[in-house]
Amino acid sequence: MSSPTTFPGAGALRETGRMFALGVDVTRNAFRRPFQLREFIQQCWFVVSVTVLPTALVSIPFGAVIALQIGSLTRQIGAQSFTGAASVLAIIQQASPIVTALLIAGAGGSAICADLGSRKIREEIDAMEVLGVSPVQRLVVPRVLAAMLVSVLLNGMVSVVGVMGGYFFNVILQDGTPGAYLASFSALAQLPDLWISEIKALIFGFIAGIVAAYRGLNPAGGPKGVGDAVNQAVVITFLLLFFVNFVLTTIYLQVVPAKGS
Amino acid sequence: MGVEVVVDGLTKSFGKQTIWRDVTLTLPPGEVSVMLGPSGTGKSVFLKSLVGLLKPERGRITINGTDLVRCSEHKLYEIRKLFGVLFQDGALFGSMNLFDNVAFPLREHTRKTEAEVRRIVLEKMEMVGLVGAEKKLPGEISGGMRKRAGLARALVLDPEIILCDEPDSGLDPVRTAYLSQLLIDLNSQIDATILIVTHNITVARTVPDNLGMLFRRELVMFGPREVLLTSDEPVVEQFLNGRRLGPIGMSEEKDQATMAAELAHKEAGHSDGSPDADVRGVVPQLEPTPGLPPRGAVRRRKDRVMSIIHTLPPDAQQGIIASLTPDEQRHYQVSAGVGPDTATVPDTTRHTPSPWPRQGGVL
Repeated sequence: MSSPTTFPGAGALRETGRMFALGVDVTRNAFRRPFQLREFIQQCWFVVSVTVLPTALVSIPFGAVIALQIGSLTRQIGAQSFTGAASVLAIIQQASPIVTALLIAGAGGSAICADLGSRKIREEIDAMEVLGVSPVQRLVVPRVLAAMLVSVLLNGMVSVVGVMGGYFFNVILQDGTPGAYLASFSALAQLPDLWISEIKALIFGFIAGIVAAYRGLNPAGGPKGVGDAVNQAVVITFLLLFFVNFVLTTIYLQVVPAKGS
Repeated sequence: MGVEVVVDGLTKSFGKQTIWRDVTLTLPPGEVSVMLGPSGTGKSVFLKSLVGLLKPERGRITINGTDLVRCSEHKLYEIRKLFGVLFQDGALFGSMNLFDNVAFPLREHTRKTEAEVRRIVLEKMEMVGLVGAEKKLPGEISGGMRKRAGLARALVLDPEIILCDEPDSGLDPVRTAYLSQLLIDLNSQIDATILIVTHNITVARTVPDNLGMLFRRELVMFGPREVLLTSDEPVVEQFLNGRRLGPIGMSEEKDQATMAAELAHKEAGHSDGSPDADVRGVVPQLEPTPGLPPRGAVRRRKDRVMSIIHTLPPDAQQGIIASLTPDEQRHYQVSAGVGPDTATVPDTTRHTPSPWPRQGGVL
C-alpha cells in the first residue's frame, strides 16, 4: 500500500467513496443470514420513539401553513373549490417526504450516529469485529432497515396529520367549505403521487441511515469526535436529502403525466 | 497447541507520523510473550494490527499461512475466530449484562443450547472471579471487573491466540498477580499463544517466555526473556528500573540538554526515582498452579533456546544456564559459569552495547 495521493478535494472524494462502499456493504449484508430480527425490531421501536411525537407536532403546523397559503392564493384567483385538491397534492407529494426526512435525519439519524459513535470509542465495535462478528451486519443493517421502515410509516402519518391540519385551518380559520375541501381531494392528486411520496420516504430513510452509520463508525476520536460526527451526519443528510428530493421530483414530473392531461 | 504468529517488516503510520517501522518478530506457538514499551510507543496499535483492525502500510503478518495484512475480509473474519482479545477497558457491550456479554461469542458462532452456553459462561466467570455479577451492566461495575469480564469473554471460544492490552492497568498489584497467574494457568491448560502488551515490570519479569520492547518507533529487541532481562541497552535498563535517568523522557524522547541536567542532579545527590538495587537479572518464572498440567511451552522453549544459545549475549547465556536443573545442564551439555561455546563467541559481542538489536526474526 502506498501513501494516499493528495490533491484538493481528495479527502471529500475519499469520504464519499467510503460512504458509498458502506451503502453497498449494507445492501449486500441485508440479504445475508442470519437476519438480526430482534435488533431490527428494537431499532424500529427506538427510531419510532424518538421521531413520532416531533413528527406529529411538526406536521400539524406544516399542513396548516400550506393550507392557509393555498387558501388565500386560491381565493385571490377565485378557485376556492380547488383549495383541498392543491393542499393535498402539496402535502403528499412534497411536504410529507420533506418533513419525514428532516425528522428521520434530525432525530433518528442523530440518535443512531451517537449510539454507534459512542460504541466505537468504547472499542465495542472493534471488540465485535475481533469476535468475528461483522458490525455492519449485526448493527448497521438493522438500523438502516429500521430507518427505512419507520420513514415510510412516518410519511403516511405526516400525510394524514398534515391533511387533517390543513382541513382544520382551512375550514375553521378561512371559512372554507368542508364539503368542497373534501370533494376536491382527488381532483388533482392521483395514486402515483402517494407512491412517489412513499418511495421518496424509503430512499430518504436509507440515506439517513447510511450517513448516520458511516459518521458514527468513523468519529474523529474521543467524545468530542462523536459530537462532531453527529452534527456532520445531520448536516450531510439534510444536504443529500434535499438534493435527492429535487432529483426525484424532477424525474417524477417528467415521467408521470399530471392528472387530466 | 496455539498457532505461530510471524510478523515480518511491519510498518505502520498515521498520515505522516510513523508509529513503528520494520518490526520483525515471531511469537512462538504456545508460548507467552510480553511486549514492553513506554506509553505512546504504539503498543496498542501493534496489537490492533495483529488482529487486522488496523492495516499496516508495509510488511506481513502470517498466521496459519495467511497474510492478515492483505487477505480478504471474509478470510480475516475466519482467522479472527482463533483470537481472544482483551481490550484495555474490557470493551464490553454497554447494552448487555455481563452474562450476555460473555455468552455473545458462543451465541454468535456456535449452535450450543442455552444450557451449555450457561455452563460455559459460568465456568469462565468463575475463572475470573465474577460469580454473582452476571446480571450487572458494564456501566455498574469497576474498571477491574470490566477487565476481568472482558477476559472471560475473550476466553469463551477457547482461542488459540490470546492478546491482552495492558491487563494490569487499573488493577491493584494483588489482582494483577492473580491475573498473571490466570494467564499462566490458561497457557498450561489450553496451550494458547499469548501476547501481553504492558508497561508493568513485575508482569514482564515473571510471566513471559519471551520479552520484547518497542521504543522510538522501532522494536528495540525481542527474544527469550533472559536476553532483555539482562540487557545493557540503556533504554531497557532505564525502563526495567523505572528511573528518570536514561533515553526515555516525559515526552517520548529526551534532548541532550535535559539528559545532562538530569545527570548533574543525580550527581548532586537528587534521587532519580529508581529503586536501590538494579532489578535487572533473571528471576524465576511463574509456574502453573499445583495440580495443573506442566506447560508444554516450557520444554519446547528450552529446546529452542538451547539450540540458539551461542548466539545470545553472555549475560543471557549465564541466566539461562543458571535456571536449568543439573540434569538439564547435563542433557544440554552445559555447565553454570561456562557457556557451551563461550570460547567461540566472538569477542565483539561482549563489548558492543547492543549485540541483540531487533533480531526477533529467528526466535
